[in-house]
Amino acid sequence: MTMPGGNLDRDRLRDHHRLMWRIRAFEEQALKGLDDKLVLGAIHPSIGQEAVAAGVTANLGPSDILLSTHRGHGHTLGKGADSGAMMRELLGREGGNCGGKGGSMHIADFSVGMLGANGVVAANIVIAAGAAHAIKLKREPHLVCCIFGDGAINRGPFLEGLNWAAVFQLPVLFVCEDNGFAATTRTRTMTAGGGASARARALGIPAVEVDGNDVLAVDAATAELTAAIRAGGGPRFLHARTYRLTGHTGADPAAYRPADELAARRRDEPIGRAAELLAGAGVPAEALAADQDDAVLEMHAAYAAARAAPFPPAATAFTDVQDAGDPRREAF
Amino acid sequence: MAIASYLEAGRDALAEEMRRDPLVWVVGEDLGRGGVFGQYKGLVEEFGPERISDAPISEAAILGAAVGAAMMGTRPVVEMRFSDFALCAMDELVNQAAKARFMFGGQTRVPLVVREPIGMWRSSAAQHSQSLEAWYAHVPGLVVACPATPADTKGLLKTAIRSDDPVVFMEHKNLWGLSGEVPDGEHLVPFGEARIVRPGRDLTIVTWSAQVHVAAAAAESLAAEGIESELIDLRTLWPWDKERVLASVAKTGRLLVAHEAVAVAGFGAEIAATVAERLGPALKAPVRRLGAPRTLIAYAPPVEDTVRVTAAAIAEAARSMTGRG
Repeated sequence: MTMPGGNLDRDRLRDHHRLMWRIRAFEEQALKGLDDKLVLGAIHPSIGQEAVAAGVTANLGPSDILLSTHRGHGHTLGKGADSGAMMRELLGREGGNCGGKGGSMHIADFSVGMLGANGVVAANIVIAAGAAHAIKLKREPHLVCCIFGDGAINRGPFLEGLNWAAVFQLPVLFVCEDNGFAATTRTRTMTAGGGASARARALGIPAVEVDGNDVLAVDAATAELTAAIRAGGGPRFLHARTYRLTGHTGADPAAYRPADELAARRRDEPIGRAAELLAGAGVPAEALAADQDDAVLEMHAAYAAARAAPFPPAATAFTDVQDAGDPRREAF
Repeated sequence: MAIASYLEAGRDALAEEMRRDPLVWVVGEDLGRGGVFGQYKGLVEEFGPERISDAPISEAAILGAAVGAAMMGTRPVVEMRFSDFALCAMDELVNQAAKARFMFGGQTRVPLVVREPIGMWRSSAAQHSQSLEAWYAHVPGLVVACPATPADTKGLLKTAIRSDDPVVFMEHKNLWGLSGEVPDGEHLVPFGEARIVRPGRDLTIVTWSAQVHVAAAAAESLAAEGIESELIDLRTLWPWDKERVLASVAKTGRLLVAHEAVAVAGFGAEIAATVAERLGPALKAPVRRLGAPRTLIAYAPPVEDTVRVTAAAIAEAARSMTGRG
């Protein structure tokens, strides 16, 4: 993003840099938590993909709605969720966003308009269409942003949800965060035709492709697309190509990738690219290092607080199930 | 009190709730033309095409959109046309609608109603005839309602629309034309409250949906033979009215469960097990279950009829349980 006169918007890029470091530090801390056996279930890191989270969520207001995936820590932080509550959720503790009932794959923070990660690939797409449908029915000015991976485009809800949003001209930004892998399989080996953008365009949804490791490009493309949606233009589609530097889960060594490919992609990772631009624009190295240090300290503190927090009471197994009926064994 | 059909009672209930609450809206295929069975006739004229919305043939999107719209504070009612087709939206119902409140730690509610017409009528074969209510009774988070009368269709649908839980609302296709008295205006039937269709001392027959009428015919012929059965219409399977069933069986000492769905792992098994656990030693006869055999529903009438639980079968089971077979 450039300012009039061709100058880089340093402050905005610096914000991206900080957020990307917070996401990276959160996930590196979470992976340590996995080693410590304190993060209990599967986690799906987005290390290397932070520019998509930062560039997209920078264009969402507090009343806009976000739906994410199983790989959703970055999006959730970007929407404004508290890292302490998120870390507690990963450790299954009281004070987690979902009271320890959801874990990493079901992180949600409705107070900041984040309507949930989702454990089922592509499931969020039709839910996002419905959230946008409600916004339209209520004549509200907000939009819905739905982020999913490249694997999601081969599931039925991708077609059904995009078609729905186009038919009803709903205010949704669909973002395909394309890291090249559907779990542990290269997506292109299992995907026919022209891929995500081509499929969106086939349904009449304007689509933009962007280098997903270039946070300024993601930001600029999202700004343009969200402006069109806010102007009443109906749904838009962003296809951001990035690369997952880790395995599918914290437990996946991802040995299916050639070492030279990984090395090349490491050189292209988004935080380093942003830092280079900032340094070129005169931001001192100490300031950039401070962004990293602050993020690491924040997540370290979040982790320490989370491990000190108690597990939720066992009786919460029976709360928030439903209003009707008694779920307890003794009620049978 | 007016006379209305089962179909009209549902339509009237929906219209009343839509007048009462502007956040109630309906989405499904062909609704602008009144719906596949005419259950929505006239509603688009009153409420307009945004609130009585057509939909593409996209069951996953219909139900998934309802989940999103419900989490955003509206109260969607979705039409699945046939419960058989709702299987295309199983993830949206079971993994999303039923779980969002719990797995997000109570941050949201999913107040939606999914209308899934069930049951055999004539020659609709294996993909348009099923009764899958037990599937949903098995899923924590869902309410399952199976009305048998016009009055209950109205009262349960109004309760369902006002409920903050996702409700699977299963109307029986063979009952659309059934007429009965329906209370005017504010008629709400609570979930989990069974209806005693007829009182009796010799055995308890528990059933729901269209099978209530089959069992009522059996009860009448049994009464002519001097066997007084207490007929209970469960009305909702979750929650289900254990207290009323247990009180009845404590009185009669005999339980017969009859349902149209396949007997194996049907909801009748849940009722039978509960009664056996609670009242086993006090029973005068072993619990009996009647349901469809574990085969498919055929097109040709004599084959189709083979799987029906008939009034004659219910009466025969009752006679044998009471020692008069």
